[in-house]
Amino acid sequence: MSAFQQVIKANETAILSGWLSEMATSTRRTDLMGDTEIRQQATELLRLFTEASQTSSDVQSAAFASTKEFLKDVAKSRMDQGFTPAETALFVLSMKQPVFNALRDAMKSNPSELVTEIWAAGNLLDKLSMLTVTNAIGFRELTIQRQQEEMLELSTPVVKLWDGILALPLIGTLDSARTQVVMESLLTAIVDTNSQVAIIDITGVPTVDTLVAQHLIKTITAARLMGADCYLSGIRPAIAQTIVHLGIDLTDIQTKAKLSDAFALALQRSGKTVVSTKGSAPKPKEL
Amino acid sequence: MALKRETYRIDVSNDVVRVRQVARSWAAELKFSLVDQTKFVTATSELARNTLEHGGGGTMTAEIVENGTKKGIRLIFDDQGPGIANIELALRDGYTSAGGMGLGLSGSKRLVNEFEINSEPGRGTTVTIIRWK
Repeated sequence: MSAFQQVIKANETAILSGWLSEMATSTRRTDLMGDTEIRQQATELLRLFTEASQTSSDVQSAAFASTKEFLKDVAKSRMDQGFTPAETALFVLSMKQPVFNALRDAMKSNPSELVTEIWAAGNLLDKLSMLTVTNAIGFRELTIQRQQEEMLELSTPVVKLWDGILALPLIGTLDSARTQVVMESLLTAIVDTNSQVAIIDITGVPTVDTLVAQHLIKTITAARLMGADCYLSGIRPAIAQTIVHLGIDLTDIQTKAKLSDAFALALQRSGKTVVSTKGSAPKPKEL
Repeated sequence: MALKRETYRIDVSNDVVRVRQVARSWAAELKFSLVDQTKFVTATSELARNTLEHGGGGTMTAEIVENGTKKGIRLIFDDQGPGIANIELALRDGYTSAGGMGLGLSGSKRLVNEFEINSEPGRGTTVTIIRWK
């Protein structure tokens, strides 16, 4: 066993107070975290670190398992509290100075040994802090992934406008993965609701290029194969001009500028009219 | 003379979305009309996807250029992919090598003011477009 572990064990209290005052000056975020909590975390981490370093100097070894587990919790709670990954890493790194101070006091007489021990202890703390950053980023990635999945589901609701009439209001970018979901949810909904008409509304799609157009055409063709009429609505003037210049042929597809126009057409095709009940002589209004 | 110049990597499909947003914000900065913005962004989308899918990834360099009193945006899409053997054929409406609609290259040519393509088989492809305000 090398000497820095013994020094840490012997000076645990001094290191802890040094560490806490170091954090108080450099990395403290009083707006995010209270004194008691930070003291608890520091005490616990120092205890685990001291214990683990007595048996091993390899952070990948089993001795450090509980330290790593604890750092994972710290990283998670700090990310939840709004710390940046760098601030989370500094929590571990700020332990360096008090540890080095203790080593300096203990090995004044032997500079070459002091350098070796500082290197060993520093190395260990660096690895632990990197582990904390990795954990912190891992949590952030999990959040991003979850949000992506949520968006995938959120953006493809199939709504029923009337008996036999479905609408699919699309929002955002239509990349391939999402289009797959769109296609499936629309086709499933057509079967489930026995619908004769489906309206795809692209008001919320900012860019319609050839890939998006191809996806739309495929979806509409598939719906047709299942016996449903499919209308495309929400084609803004700028999109319409762009489609013409690109040379995309949408003449086979029933298109309308607004969702309401497409809905009116769908009602008309299914033999329904909207009647006003106000006024003396209610007259059926052809849509 | 380029007034502003930035280069973006195109390596994954999300990068296509990102460069599209860059094109949109630059076009909005130069106060392109909504139709011109949409045309420019759509051309960017087509060419960025070509860079990704046919070129195996590459870069997009965006520049604001001036010609007298006119301002415009120049985009240079550059990849080190297999290149295009027959540019004339690639620019024909409806010709596709990847199961698409075959309108990406020819269509984006119609969406911009200046269009130049340089390619050598085995050496990659560079497509340069300019849209003037």
